[in-house]
Amino acid sequence: MIQSHIFDNGLVLVAEPMDWLESAAFTILVPAGCIHESPDRGGLSGFTCEMALRGAGPRDSRQFINDLDCLGVERSESVGESHTRFGAATLAGNLHEALGIFADVLRRAHLPAAQLEAGRQVMYQELRSVEDEPAQKVMLELRRRHYPDPWGRPSQGDAASLQAISLEDIRNHFQRVYRPTGTILGVAGRFHWESLKDHVGNLLGDWQPSEAVDPAESHHPAPYQHLGYDSNQTQIGVAYASVPYRSEDYFPAWGAVGILSGGMSARLFTEVRERRGLCYSVYATHHTLPHLGGVFCYAGTSAERAQETLDVLLAELQRLGEGIEEHELERLKARIKSALIMQQESSSARSGSIARDWHHLGRARTLAELDALVDGLTSERINAYLAANPPRRFTIVTLGRKELEVPLGVS
Amino acid sequence: MEFLKHTLPNGLQIVAECNGQAWSTAVGFFVRAGARDESEELAGVSHFLEHMMFKGTPSRSADDVNRAFDEVGASYNAFTSEEHTVYYAAVLPEYQLRAIDLLGDILRPSLRGEDFDVEKQVILEEIRMYEDQPPFGADEKCRALHFGGHPLAHSVLGTAERISALSVDAMRAYFRQRYSARNVVLAASGRVDFDGLVAAADRICGSWEPGSGDRQLAPAAPASQFHVVRRDSATQEYLVQLAPGPSANDDDRYAAKLLATIVGDETGSRIFWELIDTGVAEQASLGHFEYDDAGIFMTYLSCEPGQTASNLQRLDDLFAKVQQEGISAAELAQASNKVCSRIVLASERPKGRLFVVGGDWVQRGEYRSVRDDLDAVGQVTLEQIEAVIRKYPLRLSTTIAIGPLEKVDRPH
Repeated sequence: MIQSHIFDNGLVLVAEPMDWLESAAFTILVPAGCIHESPDRGGLSGFTCEMALRGAGPRDSRQFINDLDCLGVERSESVGESHTRFGAATLAGNLHEALGIFADVLRRAHLPAAQLEAGRQVMYQELRSVEDEPAQKVMLELRRRHYPDPWGRPSQGDAASLQAISLEDIRNHFQRVYRPTGTILGVAGRFHWESLKDHVGNLLGDWQPSEAVDPAESHHPAPYQHLGYDSNQTQIGVAYASVPYRSEDYFPAWGAVGILSGGMSARLFTEVRERRGLCYSVYATHHTLPHLGGVFCYAGTSAERAQETLDVLLAELQRLGEGIEEHELERLKARIKSALIMQQESSSARSGSIARDWHHLGRARTLAELDALVDGLTSERINAYLAANPPRRFTIVTLGRKELEVPLGVS
Repeated sequence: MEFLKHTLPNGLQIVAECNGQAWSTAVGFFVRAGARDESEELAGVSHFLEHMMFKGTPSRSADDVNRAFDEVGASYNAFTSEEHTVYYAAVLPEYQLRAIDLLGDILRPSLRGEDFDVEKQVILEEIRMYEDQPPFGADEKCRALHFGGHPLAHSVLGTAERISALSVDAMRAYFRQRYSARNVVLAASGRVDFDGLVAAADRICGSWEPGSGDRQLAPAAPASQFHVVRRDSATQEYLVQLAPGPSANDDDRYAAKLLATIVGDETGSRIFWELIDTGVAEQASLGHFEYDDAGIFMTYLSCEPGQTASNLQRLDDLFAKVQQEGISAAELAQASNKVCSRIVLASERPKGRLFVVGGDWVQRGEYRSVRDDLDAVGQVTLEQIEAVIRKYPLRLSTTIAIGPLEKVDRPH
């Protein structure tokens, strides 16, 4: 059973016991995503996260890492549109101590002036690494162009904005967006609920709340963009609008993308790779923001076959709009049901899922509830959704030596 | 947790770690066929063959194979390394039989000429993709330089030229030679019905030719070289360095893993504090990898080109200090905790255990429980680590740098 508690300051604790595991994991979503950056300070959330890990509470940066290592904590951080995410997994007996260390990060990060330039260098390194990853580069640009600003912003910022960020910017940003209102702490694995709730209350219950403001939106022009790049392969990204997780139509919309891509019998893999041998990697994925959804498709292939690959990809998107077959849905359901059951083998996966659920729905769905939603999915429902919302109005980004032709009327 | 094993009359071995409490079952065929088993003309054939296994059998078309995997909701894949090719699936327990039936069937593929021609294009795209991605093949190039004439020098992917020239007949001959029953281990973990597993294997794989199962082992004579490959289109400079380390059959491998964690883990290590925390490199790490008859310590570095030489000097100074002063008891305790925690976390999924159980058996014919591995890590002493440092000096290495630089100064 999933437990939850909302503290007076707005902080949400949502937790799912998995007593068969030796581990416990947590995911902290702090409302410090890149939508809260001003355009001339792109990368500020990532930079702030980097600095927040350089010492907090009683620990300097070295002690922070050493203590986590000694507790055997596996950690990861990422910056998304809405949130900065801190993830950690450890042996169950070390959960409370690990939470204590991260509570210091949220509330008492040192943000040390002496390490500002080292932190900035880390941010530059990350930015440069994207330049050498053409597949990542094309998908970042696709998302930036597809969603209204600021929702498609890359978390890395750019060289000029990173250069402009001062320690004061970081401290102000931390002050403003690291706050209990909108923060969700998801815990999964082996733990005792009452003592977990008390412990989190002691650590974060008196964290002072503050108000948040949602950013204004603006749209990008030009549906097709080519980026010149010296590479063997041409990278192709195609996006179109879909519905968000909280929509009633989410499962049909997401199911349709699962028929397009996922298993090896899915349409894109079959038509683009298996039948024609056009590329090694091709996929489509459903992405959700709180209020918008998008489908993002990718294919990477050598320059001389890129046009054919784009044509086949677009033809498959058009064919999807014409509907799906019952047997395709059956295979999709088998894959999803297995994946749901196997989530029970990972405390990290569950802690992330329940935290994200809360962000989108204001509550967490159990695996049984998700299973019932998948059972309720029919080909009629998916086809009705597709008939009303066929893939169309594409945003297309290509990257490589040669620009491609985008058929008229497609985008 | 119970370990069970059985050998079919043709020599195919079956091993399983059975856990009645698990949510899923993982099964995999581990084949002793990898880049090291290829002649020069066949470079890349093991990996190409791995792709061809999904292209159909006498009783299934390629579409049938893909559909059948998806119908049982399997999380499945395959991979090829220098020494092994592995085909695996994680499924709900009720699909164990169907998963083995399918995996066993695809390991006797039709290898049709027309499928071979289409898939060749996919392989060539995969090679081009890696050529565009960091570290732009530096890892395979460095292994080739390091191992010289030894079979571990062979490339897993092969080259566009070799793959283009490869014939389907040559692939069929290689298949017959390497995919014989004695070269295959069927491993399972999680909620396993062992009797059902053996019965299914006997039915599906019982008629496979026993074959010889031979592999040529030879002591490696690693070289110490320094190469710079210019690549104008790269933004960063990438560097791979290989030094000798304990092999998969050497008890020193646990000490080697801890040494690599202390010196070059991605977080909290000496390299982390010197190169990552300071922001002078994007990535820098040291890892230990093991093979039948050799092992390697691999250093990986990516950074702004202008900082390559100074970073290389930092790494060299750091290795020299390890060589002279060794490591501390506190560092060992910290690394030991970290590695043990990782072992436990990675073992929670049957799929995670499958690669350990199957990998240990195909490599050493040995079963090791999670407890055995935790004990082995926990018992490593400072003296054992110092012995590894003396026996395998980190500074005696082969280095390759790829990126915009024409020349990189060697450390002094």
